Amino acid sequence: MSETITIDGKEIPFKAGQTIIEAATAAGVYIPHLCHKPGYKPHGSCKLCTVNVNGRRCSACTFPAATGQAILNKTQELEDNRRKITQMLFVEGNHFCPSCEKTGNCQLQGVAYYLAMKDNHFPHFFANRELDASHPDLLIDHNRCIFCNLCVRASQEKDGKNVFAISGRGINKRLIINSKTGLLKDSDIEVNDCAVQVCPTGAILEKRKGYSTPIGQRIYDTQQIDQVSLTQETVYE
Amino acid sequence: MYENLETAKSPEKLKRVVVDPVSRVEGHGKVTLLLDENNKVKQARLHIVEFRGFERFIQGRPYWELPVLVQRLCGICPVSHHLAAAKAIDQLVGVDPENLPPAADKLRRLLHFGQVLQSHALHFFHLSSPDLLFGFESEISQRNIIAVLNEYPDIGLQGVKLRKYGQEVIRRVSGKRIHGTGAIAGGMNKSLTKSERDYLQKDIKQIIAWAQGSVALIKKVHCSNLPYYDDFATIPSNYLGLVKENGALEFYHGGIRAKDAKGKIIMDQIDYCNYNDYIHEEVRSWTYMKFPYLTALGKEEGWYRVGPLARLNNCDFIDTPLAEQARVEFKQQGNGVMVHSTLAFHWARLIEVLHCAESIESLLNDADIMSSDLVTQGEKRFEGVGVIEAPRGTLFHHYEVDENDIVTKANLIVSTTSNNRGMNESVRQVAAEYLSGQELTEPLLNNLEVAIRAYDPCLSCATHAVGKMPLQLELVDAEGQIIDKLIKHNDGQIERNL
Ligand code: FES
Repeated sequence: MSETITIDGKEIPFKAGQTIIEAATAAGVYIPHLCHKPGYKPHGSCKLCTVNVNGRRCSACTFPAATGQAILNKTQELEDNRRKITQMLFVEGNHFCPSCEKTGNCQLQGVAYYLAMKDNHFPHFFANRELDASHPDLLIDHNRCIFCNLCVRASQEKDGKNVFAISGRGINKRLIINSKTGLLKDSDIEVNDCAVQVCPTGAILEKRKGYSTPIGQRIYDTQQIDQVSLTQETVYE
Repeated sequence: MYENLETAKSPEKLKRVVVDPVSRVEGHGKVTLLLDENNKVKQARLHIVEFRGFERFIQGRPYWELPVLVQRLCGICPVSHHLAAAKAIDQLVGVDPENLPPAADKLRRLLHFGQVLQSHALHFFHLSSPDLLFGFESEISQRNIIAVLNEYPDIGLQGVKLRKYGQEVIRRVSGKRIHGTGAIAGGMNKSLTKSERDYLQKDIKQIIAWAQGSVALIKKVHCSNLPYYDDFATIPSNYLGLVKENGALEFYHGGIRAKDAKGKIIMDQIDYCNYNDYIHEEVRSWTYMKFPYLTALGKEEGWYRVGPLARLNNCDFIDTPLAEQARVEFKQQGNGVMVHSTLAFHWARLIEVLHCAESIESLLNDADIMSSDLVTQGEKRFEGVGVIEAPRGTLFHHYEVDENDIVTKANLIVSTTSNNRGMNESVRQVAAEYLSGQELTEPLLNNLEVAIRAYDPCLSCATHAVGKMPLQLELVDAEGQIIDKLIKHNDGQIERNL
């Protein structure tokens, strides 16, 4: 008999060493997340996956599952908080979904739809962020970076490189590039690197590819992010 | 004709009447009249009072975003901007119009015909039919589409359905009814499936029949109100637009032709990539909308009109049979040469609706629209110009990019801007001939709006430009007197002047 936790009253088995989100995903329970990705070291920074474990708030992507945990996930309060976090991400950067080439394939947008976010709610920061188009095949639009750290981890863990880092704190936080000029063109990044493919938003993009997938055939055109996540993110390495 | 009415000599002594906003047009504009003590009109102007910043906004963005970014200029004719930008970025990837895969070329044309059809139907039935069916000075409560639906249910409903069909064409080709995708550099991102094609084919015969009916309707309205319809707001002018190589009516791609008021060709088959050599724009202090003119003729003589009336005056024929027959009847209005009547814009517009419907039918019968050979590429270039005939007239998009694919420069000349002088001329003519010396009433003022509306101006599109435009602020008292005025000049200097 394997050990179990409960999520919103449902009994769910887990294996030793699994985090709550891993056990939940394996059992078909979606917990909203952005900085978490199966197969990557947990980072625990976006806080979208916050759940209530025996009365305490924890990040499901970092917190280990343990016998006897009674977990609340889909409560009004938690969903409201997640929506607020998402709204804060929207006002902090410059996310113009209507003309963004990642529309329909973007996890930030997918999560916003899932959480029924109807507006930005908070005043917009109008952050002055830049675009690094120096690389012949790649582009970074810093306006759309949510500091999930996935590209940093991907470059180190999967590509065996060290192209990205997050520098600064709070409002001054920014994604920096490990090259002598600070520009992408002088780094050793390549188009097929995991660090490029992993970006959940439209911050790191392959050039000249935008809009080639017609409306109706994009990832979130036919399925909401919870279904996509549960069908495509269940493989843990 | 009434140039003296552009600027009155001593405006401070005059009464001011403002029509603000001009209703049933796209965007926000206002008309001001200055009257003397006998209600004689001394000054009449159409001003554009909103201000947007697209050209600046586009700079710094990667070029492939352009077709999707710039279509946000407008909620009425987004497809026109989408396609003009797409034609421009085709050139950035080294693809000239003749090298576009046939499937992509035809799908873009299909999309564009759908757009012109829906935009024209919207304008005629929703915005203008109340004036045309009930009279320009009819009860204000009657002047709307609801009244048309009550009084003339068949006509009203056909208008709604014609528009809807155009939107369906757009949706099938671009994925959404407004602001879809579709065109990408060097081609299209999808073709039509057989079921999409069949869906559109199902209704096209009916659409053609309704389009024919609407041409008959406007012809009847026009001809039973002569000579009024021929004279109202009418001004002889030059006309500019694209025509096919053989001189046929063309919306998607062709050479620039301009004719003068007598029908003489000023220029023909000009490669639009060189538009800068032929067209310049003048800025005037009292409006945000610029005044384009043909350089060959100069600022005073070189202004021209664009849009349905211009296209029908410019082309030698239409290559679909029903619309061609309608064109021949239409041209008799101008003794077979030029039709200058501003209200004939409506008639020309509906002939174009018929042409769109016929063209959609033949494209739907063309197997190429289901082909999967959709994109091509050539050698990178650093400059691209895309020009099409949008519903409201010739639309120019011009971009420059750097070696990193980032837009460094953008210039747009939208259709409504080309009609700026024409609209102002029409406003002055109506003010001088129909309003001057009379006690002004709302129905009488509607005449001004009727004149502007004939052009189907899209004032949101027309104010996309950002730059160092002067700004004028007027303070008006209860009697309508200007009691204070602040002017911000090009150089940022503020002046108080009365
Ligand atoms: S997914 Fe857990 S903190 Fe981001």
